[in-house]
Amino acid sequence: MTTSASPATTVQRESAVLPGQGGITGALSDKFWRNPKLLLILMLTPPALWLGIIYLGSLFALLAQSFFSIDEFSGMVQYELTLKTYGELFRPANLDIIIRTVSMAVIVTLAAACVAFPIGYFAARYARGKWKALFYIGVMLPLWSSYLVKVYAWKLILAKEGILTWIFTKLHLTWLLEAWLTIPIIGGYSLSVSYTGTFLVFLYVWLPFMVLPVQAALERVPGSFIEASGDLGATPGQTFRHVIFPLALPGIVAGSIFTFSLTLGDYIIPQIVGSSRLFIGQAVYAQQGTAGNIPLAAAFTVVPIVIMGFYLWGAKRMGAFDAL
Amino acid sequence: MRSDGKQRAPWGLKLAAGLGLAFMHLPIALIFVYAFTTEDKSYQWPPPGFTLKWLEVTWNRPDVWEALKLSLQTATVSTLIAMVLGTLCAAAVSRTKFFGRETISLLVILPIALPGIITGIALRSAFSIADIPFSIWTIILGHATFCVVVVYNNAVARFRRTSGSLVEASMDLGANSFQTFRHVILPNIGTALLAGGMLAFALSFDEVIVTTFTAGQQSTLPIWMLEELVRPRQRPVTNVVAMVVVLVTVLPILAAYYLTRDGDQVAGSGK
Repeated sequence: MTTSASPATTVQRESAVLPGQGGITGALSDKFWRNPKLLLILMLTPPALWLGIIYLGSLFALLAQSFFSIDEFSGMVQYELTLKTYGELFRPANLDIIIRTVSMAVIVTLAAACVAFPIGYFAARYARGKWKALFYIGVMLPLWSSYLVKVYAWKLILAKEGILTWIFTKLHLTWLLEAWLTIPIIGGYSLSVSYTGTFLVFLYVWLPFMVLPVQAALERVPGSFIEASGDLGATPGQTFRHVIFPLALPGIVAGSIFTFSLTLGDYIIPQIVGSSRLFIGQAVYAQQGTAGNIPLAAAFTVVPIVIMGFYLWGAKRMGAFDAL
Repeated sequence: MRSDGKQRAPWGLKLAAGLGLAFMHLPIALIFVYAFTTEDKSYQWPPPGFTLKWLEVTWNRPDVWEALKLSLQTATVSTLIAMVLGTLCAAAVSRTKFFGRETISLLVILPIALPGIITGIALRSAFSIADIPFSIWTIILGHATFCVVVVYNNAVARFRRTSGSLVEASMDLGANSFQTFRHVILPNIGTALLAGGMLAFALSFDEVIVTTFTAGQQSTLPIWMLEELVRPRQRPVTNVVAMVVVLVTVLPILAAYYLTRDGDQVAGSGK
């Protein structure tokens, strides 16, 4: 029995192992099959090298420079390690810039969440079929269309002779606009040079980044939860507070990562629409360009990095990354 | 009882959603009106009259053509680089689990998660340290870096839906890795790649923040527009250019949407 079985198995073994494939591609292909790690390394090396060297390399080079300082008299960069440049961030003028930027980022984020929620909720719960596609494209188009064109459109809207003034005049509400512009901090000579204008443009440009994750989070709230809440006697307001809002929160936090980070780093919007007082991005641009103070510019870039670091850490704990 | 689809939205919600959508679209629509206005000194509304004159004026502007050419070249090359790197990365991350996998995905996302100004100034200071003169290649270097993530996201999503058994079946039937890639993997991920590539193209074509740091003296179309925004000199030409930019970016976005729309019905996903 055993003697007759053994030749049979060897035959089977021989037929189970295919001969190596011919040609260079065949040989390579066999190698990859036997050694999947090799293929993995080959696939990962180009992107890892590109991002590692070009991106991380320049990022670290920049961060390293924030530990140098600039000689106040000669204007030359002194290449010795110091924390002096970071100390400069706490000068009242620079601290003002940081506080101004962070407050703007917070307000823009809150407003974006308020405007985005109804859009996301409607799209997730009521829009079906064709309407759903329409809503999706309706959010995707503004998201991807040109940033500068969007800013430019608002320059047209907010101009003193532009459409917004025209609408207020037609509605006989010019007094309201003028009263708003006399409010100390948020007002100004006209909308296009006030913080209100800056805020509107920020809100407009980053809004789609909030809608998409909010909608994604709301899609995952089962309709039965809302019905159950109503059946158990909750008013719509209570259902919103205790059921919908907590479940949508990760989506809102995910969206806020974008609105917050993008507002922190932007330097073009406040330059084109807004008062002449600087935001972090403008300060970085001015320091590295006209002032030639690369160390201070580098130290300024660390501010959004640190803020975003904490923000992302908090967001991760709230489960925001699953909603992306 | 399932009441999905039967319920009607409260009118307040409809109104808020509608107003929100209008808020997102009307400003862009306004650009199209301004491109044809006869007023050339201010942003007067309503426009005193309409004319096609500015289309012709813009057509005959060499600086606009130069900027457009540079933008198209940059976007094309950056997109190609991003497509190769993004696909490789997505294939590696989605097929296997390995040490540092999370780090790789973080590394890919970082260039758009951090504000663009940081990427820009980091690249600029690196170029000055390494004594690299500004050229179209310094622009491409920056653009490709943040375009990788778009291709990567699209490709990863598709790889996740493409069943691994298709690859195994192909190999079992005697195809080698290259044949499997050519005849099984590529047709499956092709539309996702194309969509990712189109979005990357739109992203690069439109990018301005990083570009201001890596361009030196040359101007891409967004840089040309930025200069006009800061110091308006020829408003009517800017209006026309803005309209053209909207059209050039909208088409790839719509195409990308139609390519990924039916992604759920990809063969082998019914696992």
